[in-house]
Amino acid sequence: MQKLKINDRELEVEAEPETPLLWVLRDHLGMTGTKYGCGMALCGACTVHVDGAPTRSCVTPLSAVAGKAITTIEGLSPDRSHVVQRAWMELDVPQCGYCQSGQIMSAAALLNANPRPSDADIDAAMSGNLCRCGTYPRIRRAIHRAVQLLHGGSES
Amino acid sequence: MSGGADPRDRRAFLGKAAVAGGGLWLALTLPACGRRRAADAPPVAAGAAAAEGNAPAQLNAWLRIAPDDSITVIVDRSEMGQGVYTALPMLLAEELAVDLAQVRIEAAPVGDAYVNPGNGGQITGTSNSVQDAWEKLRMAGARARMLLIAAAAQRWRVEADTCRAERGRVFDAQGRSAPYGALCQLAATLPMPAVVKLKAAQDFRLIGRPQPRLDTPEKVDGSARFGIDVRLPGMLYAAMAQSPVLGGRPAAVDFSAAQRLPGVRRVLQASGGVVVIADHFHQALMARNALRITWDPGPNQHLDDAAIGALLARAEKADAGLVARAVGDTAAALRAGGHTRSAVYQVPLLAHATMEPMNCTADVTATGCDLYVGTQVQRVAQQVAARAAGLPEERVRVHTTLLGGGFGRRLDVDFIPAAVEASKAMGAPVQLLWTREDDMTHDTYRPPARLALSAAQGDDGRPHAFAMHIVSPSVTARMFPPVKGVDDGVVEYAINFPYAVPNTRLTYTRQEIGIDCGYLRSVSHAPNCFAIECFMDELAIGAGQDPLAFRLGLLEHKPRHAEVLRAAASRAGWGHAPPGHFLGIALMEGYSTHIAQVAEISVDGGRLKVHRITCVVDCGQQVNPRIVESQIEGGIVFGLTAALWGEINLRGGVVRQRNFDGYRVLRFNELPVLDIKVLDSRETPGGIGEAAVPLVAPALCNAIQAATGKRLRTLPLAAAKWLAV
Repeated sequence: MQKLKINDRELEVEAEPETPLLWVLRDHLGMTGTKYGCGMALCGACTVHVDGAPTRSCVTPLSAVAGKAITTIEGLSPDRSHVVQRAWMELDVPQCGYCQSGQIMSAAALLNANPRPSDADIDAAMSGNLCRCGTYPRIRRAIHRAVQLLHGGSES
Repeated sequence: MSGGADPRDRRAFLGKAAVAGGGLWLALTLPACGRRRAADAPPVAAGAAAAEGNAPAQLNAWLRIAPDDSITVIVDRSEMGQGVYTALPMLLAEELAVDLAQVRIEAAPVGDAYVNPGNGGQITGTSNSVQDAWEKLRMAGARARMLLIAAAAQRWRVEADTCRAERGRVFDAQGRSAPYGALCQLAATLPMPAVVKLKAAQDFRLIGRPQPRLDTPEKVDGSARFGIDVRLPGMLYAAMAQSPVLGGRPAAVDFSAAQRLPGVRRVLQASGGVVVIADHFHQALMARNALRITWDPGPNQHLDDAAIGALLARAEKADAGLVARAVGDTAAALRAGGHTRSAVYQVPLLAHATMEPMNCTADVTATGCDLYVGTQVQRVAQQVAARAAGLPEERVRVHTTLLGGGFGRRLDVDFIPAAVEASKAMGAPVQLLWTREDDMTHDTYRPPARLALSAAQGDDGRPHAFAMHIVSPSVTARMFPPVKGVDDGVVEYAINFPYAVPNTRLTYTRQEIGIDCGYLRSVSHAPNCFAIECFMDELAIGAGQDPLAFRLGLLEHKPRHAEVLRAAASRAGWGHAPPGHFLGIALMEGYSTHIAQVAEISVDGGRLKVHRITCVVDCGQQVNPRIVESQIEGGIVFGLTAALWGEINLRGGVVRQRNFDGYRVLRFNELPVLDIKVLDSRETPGGIGEAAVPLVAPALCNAIQAATGKRLRTLPLAAAKWLAV
């Protein structure tokens, strides 16, 4: 039995210590917002925050996150009120939507670390998240919009 | 795609019924439905207000209005990002006079009314969901509105034509109003209106105006449910081993090591391979990896890229092909000479690489099977599941989830039977999930094609003969047999060759390659547009003419083609590229949409950089311009990936690309500027989900020719040794 701190809740799971956090979240805890895409940290669909840092949960074993604070898409906000979620909705970023949990978690981690990112900063933060539907142009616009919302701006 | 009876022969009847739990169902009933027994009817959805005995009314319904004022639109096309869960309800809501925000959506079950006449099945494909729904759903909305107005008029004892409907309420001249929910039960008892008049375009409140997608909120908080997210009580998880050599089968399986691993419940041979069932997926995967299987490789153990190329080349020489289109006497015109030119273009196998790998959840009991699956083909899914479960088809209830990408991959059902067999064996629900590697190495790949083109031009450069010979496998012949004559799915765009050439001839030779090929977003528009639009540039340049002016000179009778071409060139600054930058142009008609693209590139020290893609589209009347724009953006990204790097290679019958490291997909930082313009139009809607994909490759190749003087005729561009991409 291992204790985990996920979205500000203390949880216990029973799983082999080498089990990737991704499958612990999805299959043991029923938190299916975090997605499987590649299993090799190549696509970013499984991105969660571990102590605030964007982390590919598909290659992060359960044993590596003991005692650390994990945030998943379900815990980003209780009501889609995070600036990244608001911007994503305003611009209708998702198409199929499958990669978007990971995209949003990467963008949220970027804004946590860097509230006024340049386009180059955005490139660096987002190029590890693949999208086959091609939502990239909207993701860029939405991150710029989220920056405005973060700083209290409502102008679009 | 084709198959089934000619849908134009079918008469559709609108029917409606009161539901026992209250409310109004509106159904479009086809004659065939009337013969189905009520007991065989699958429920529309869990939790539906309907009671037993009303199944015939539920079948084929489009709309449910309940006393609690809820309005549910049944959507019969799968949502895979293209926006049908918003665009189709918009059509109905426009005529029903409700706000889009009032509408909830529900995925349709399998039903005859949900057959798509444009492609002959309950199929989400061929970019025609809106075209198919355009009249049907507006009519459904209008009829429901008229019934609700009639109900209000009866209750208030006024004439119906003194009442109007707006935002989910009926109003009369005295200012009385009632919400639809309060009228629906009475409305359900009234006769269906005989004459329905649809709104004129200038009266649209929703159609043509950007509307927020109904599926966005659940896609930003992790609550959207894809097939992989299905969770049922007592559900087990399964992983699968498939033959590394495509088409092989297990000869001997040693599962002693696998079976000892934690959580493993069962190892069984199933359709397509060996399935390991465990308490959790990761346990199933570890055990799958511990299986020791001797594979019988089957017939493909010597199949590789060179063998496939040789097969197609031999077929091109040996076979004149079936004639798909012939005007004039092209052979004679080519023999007569003038300036003749020939070229061969080649495109490779491609993987779909949907972000959500293939998966299926099945729950088989003695009396039925519930199938939870992201599929583009509900009826076919039902059929294969029934066969695997040993149940009659009507005992299989297909619950369509959101699709984490479709792109045509989920038109195939190869991942369904093993899930059903596993559930049946366990007596419990089972979710079978393919890994990314399973998905990449066992796709139904976009078929390769070899395209041989010839033309003869006069001294003025004007072509007087054009011949195109397509050699490729036929996906339709595999999936929807039999195909009579030429498969429509291999001659797209070429069959609508727009340029004014007096003698044209289009031929097709079917050459299979031993593995299953599938439809991929834009299907044969991509290879054919690549070949035709590159060759048009070759003809222009050979005649010393500007590629834009050359095309326009052959489009005098094609105003919509000419307009998008001219507009794209103008927006892209044709003739005025910045220093060191070069432009290439391409045109296409497909899905009743007209589209042109211009690529702006530079080649510096042999390295290609794509700076900008300009795209102008005439897709007729737009339903939701927001979604139209995102489909064009996404189509260009998809086309860039395919043009630059897209290639599946085989060695010894084994796919060499296994994950996103080997199969490169365009990343965020690699996106060029996209400049998109959609022209205003009141023409009937055209398709938009696929139209932007094919033009990227020819526009890029034409720009590369402008930059380097070299003509690339084989995709992907990364395969060209002299060009770094």
